[in-house]
Amino acid sequence: MAATEQLVYERPHSLSETPNSYCPGCTHGVAHHLIAEVLDEMNLRERTIGVAPVGCSVFAYNYFNMDFAEAAHGRAPAMATGLKRLQPGRIVFTYQGDGDLASIGMGEIVHAAGRGELITVIFINNANYGMTGGQMAPTTLPGQKTTSSPYGRDVETAGYPIRMAELLATLEGAAYVVRRSLHDPKNIRLAKKALHTAFEAQVRGLGFSMVELLSTCPTNWGLTPLEALKWLEQNMLPAFPLGDYKVSPSLAGTRP
Amino acid sequence: MQTEIIIAGFGGQGVLFAGELLAYAGMDAGRVVTWIPSYGPEMRGGTANCTVIIADEEIGSPLVRNPQAVIAMNLPSLEKYEPLVRPGGVLAVNASMANRTAVRTDITSVGLPANEMAESLGNRRLTNMIMLGALLARLPVLSLESIEQAMAAHLPERHRKLLPDNYKALRQGAAAVS
Amino acid sequence: MPRELLKGNEAMAEAAIRVGLEAYFGYPITPQTEILEWMSRRMPELGRVFVQAESELGAVNMVYGAACTGARVMSSSSSPGVSLMMEGLSYIAGTELPVVLIDIMRGGPGLGNIAPSQGDYNQMVHGGGHGDYHPIVLAPATVQEAVDLTVEAFDLAEKYRNLVFVVADGNVGQIMEPAELPAMREVKRATPEWALTGAEGRERRFLSSIYIDPVYEEVTNKRLQERWLEIQQNEVRYREYYLEDADLVVIGFGTAGRIALTAVRAARAEGIRAGLLRPVALSPYPYAAIDELAKRASAFLVVEMNAGQMLEDVQRAVAGRVPVDFYGRMGGMVPFPDEILDEIRRVAREPRAQADPRVAWLKRLEKVLPH
Ligand SMILES: Cc1ncc(C[n+]2csc(CCOP(=O)(O)OP(=O)(O)O)c2C)c(N)n1
Ligand code: SF4
Repeated sequence: MAATEQLVYERPHSLSETPNSYCPGCTHGVAHHLIAEVLDEMNLRERTIGVAPVGCSVFAYNYFNMDFAEAAHGRAPAMATGLKRLQPGRIVFTYQGDGDLASIGMGEIVHAAGRGELITVIFINNANYGMTGGQMAPTTLPGQKTTSSPYGRDVETAGYPIRMAELLATLEGAAYVVRRSLHDPKNIRLAKKALHTAFEAQVRGLGFSMVELLSTCPTNWGLTPLEALKWLEQNMLPAFPLGDYKVSPSLAGTRP
Repeated sequence: MQTEIIIAGFGGQGVLFAGELLAYAGMDAGRVVTWIPSYGPEMRGGTANCTVIIADEEIGSPLVRNPQAVIAMNLPSLEKYEPLVRPGGVLAVNASMANRTAVRTDITSVGLPANEMAESLGNRRLTNMIMLGALLARLPVLSLESIEQAMAAHLPERHRKLLPDNYKALRQGAAAVS
Repeated sequence: MPRELLKGNEAMAEAAIRVGLEAYFGYPITPQTEILEWMSRRMPELGRVFVQAESELGAVNMVYGAACTGARVMSSSSSPGVSLMMEGLSYIAGTELPVVLIDIMRGGPGLGNIAPSQGDYNQMVHGGGHGDYHPIVLAPATVQEAVDLTVEAFDLAEKYRNLVFVVADGNVGQIMEPAELPAMREVKRATPEWALTGAEGRERRFLSSIYIDPVYEEVTNKRLQERWLEIQQNEVRYREYYLEDADLVVIGFGTAGRIALTAVRAARAEGIRAGLLRPVALSPYPYAAIDELAKRASAFLVVEMNAGQMLEDVQRAVAGRVPVDFYGRMGGMVPFPDEILDEIRRVAREPRAQADPRVAWLKRLEKVLPH
């Protein structure tokens, strides 16, 4: 190979050859890519077991090139607990949507974090239920119209958005809990760094780690991919501030 | 006596709506009808089809393997359903979206460039009405007038202004194969 | 009311609203989400209660609480969600509350898929939750039946203080047919003598499913069983087609029953004396009707969209007097009428007695399935 030849793109080994079936412009694909790159860079692929949720990413096990289990809706953190306890030397992560994690699976996620379970959770917050056709999620913004809040989310009857990163950060078992966004290249880079740190926290046995990623659902939002990125920036960022909500002191200085 | 019609194509080609119109027209004519879509994730940007049955007595199965008639809005639908049409049945093919015509000789088949015809009427979304007109020209289960009346009776208020164009599309589809 | 072209899911939702539904609690799941979405639009419009719960577990317990007030309340879900509700359903049964639940069944077990199925028969008919309780289970096959049975479900639930399930496969939820909805009725809150309304000027009441002393738990169980006997006496429902002179009796419910009807007609056209019994209530089950048929028919064929869950109830009624054969499709697959016609021809040719017809059925299925 000529020394001047430079490889600019290579599919991460942690992704499979199967093309994903996400809608055009959906940031689920970006999140997959980042996770795969991080696992490649940390040389963790063969040591990692993933747990897929029920949601649009239900087929994540097809797209990642590593051992994977498929959980019941919302139960991924419990399933991951079982996997991790029996395979303490393995890296276990869950990948969950906001309906899966913050609604039906609220009990499992809180207790996994409370126990300081040594798992890493990637939480995709797209402010609705993608797979079932755009119903209201716990993260749906006040006034946001969805197919099950046709008049806009009415906080009187449907309550307020739940901020999972802030909520879980209050638990002592959590070592690393942050929120990032996937709406532009700069934020995507920051999201990747956070994923790196989250897996690092698990490798070092520091406790539970979660990266919440603000994401788009152009299909159910009824927007083009570009409009969806704008909508995220304008509407979701103010409601879900980006930031580090819990960083174990032992993680100081570990950023790659 | 019952007539089964499958309308198949891509999502967005108005396949389900064309089937609904048949069902409405059948109901308004006092017939027994069912309309059933294929449903599920396949609907997201993929293929769509529906089965309509128009009968004179309680309808048993809402699904049939070998329908009396098929509208194939594209090539994959032609490939899938041509072999399934009951002998003596009718197959209407949207030639704009299929690079071949029907090959069976034991059925009545018609092909017409419905996309181009719709475009010349100024609205690509009339393709389904053109195909429906073509089918009904060869399958005398309901009259074109009954479809027009069903449209007038059941189309939501905000779509009323589209009625004349829809009528025109139906008629042109029928004329193209008569 | 004029007949309208209605989609099964939406028709059931609107029927419930029109007969005075006061509160709906649910969670999205395909293929019943249209019910939840319909409720999310209509209930607030009418000033009634709609809550999208955090889960089916939440939904069923919200229904539990709401039913304690004596109001007309319901939930709806599909198979995996109904599995999650089982704990709450057992509690509701133990507390003797009138509750209606619609289950639009999909392919399983597990996450399965969203295609039409009848795989919840055992879970719905023969329990699923713990303890001895018997829900009333109604199984519509058409949109009109879906409307009528939804309406009846509330009356039955209130009459017997019992759980009533309306179970349909995804096809019944998605199909559109002309149907007549009930007239819009005022919400009339019944105030039964057990309802929790606040002990203003009366003795306090409590509702619970705990009877810590087994003696009283047994008394409660006896009451439940006696009520069940009464339900069995009064609430059997089925439809008969071409049974007067039938030699070969096909039995199927819901969509499988409809499909069998087409096959039975085709068999008749070929000179086979076939008839169809379509149970409309799955619980209580039409044992007596099948018992009668077993006295004059020479064979039965049970058709289901599962692996023969209802088959065992038919076998119980036939009690070995004549052969009971079986044909089913599983996992979200729906049989075409010609498959059932082939089965009718086969059974008519050689009605054979087999201890378990499923052994031969699985062999025959090999020809149909991909390898
Ligand atoms: C017990 C149970 N209830 C409901 C469902 C239906 N269901 C499938 S995915 C989903 C929500 C998915 O939304 P989210 O978690 O936000 O992920 P997204 O699709 O947006 O990525 C629901 C409610 C189910 N599969 N199981
Ligand atoms: S429905 Fe939304 S979340 Fe799901 S793949 Fe499509 S865009 Fe992504």
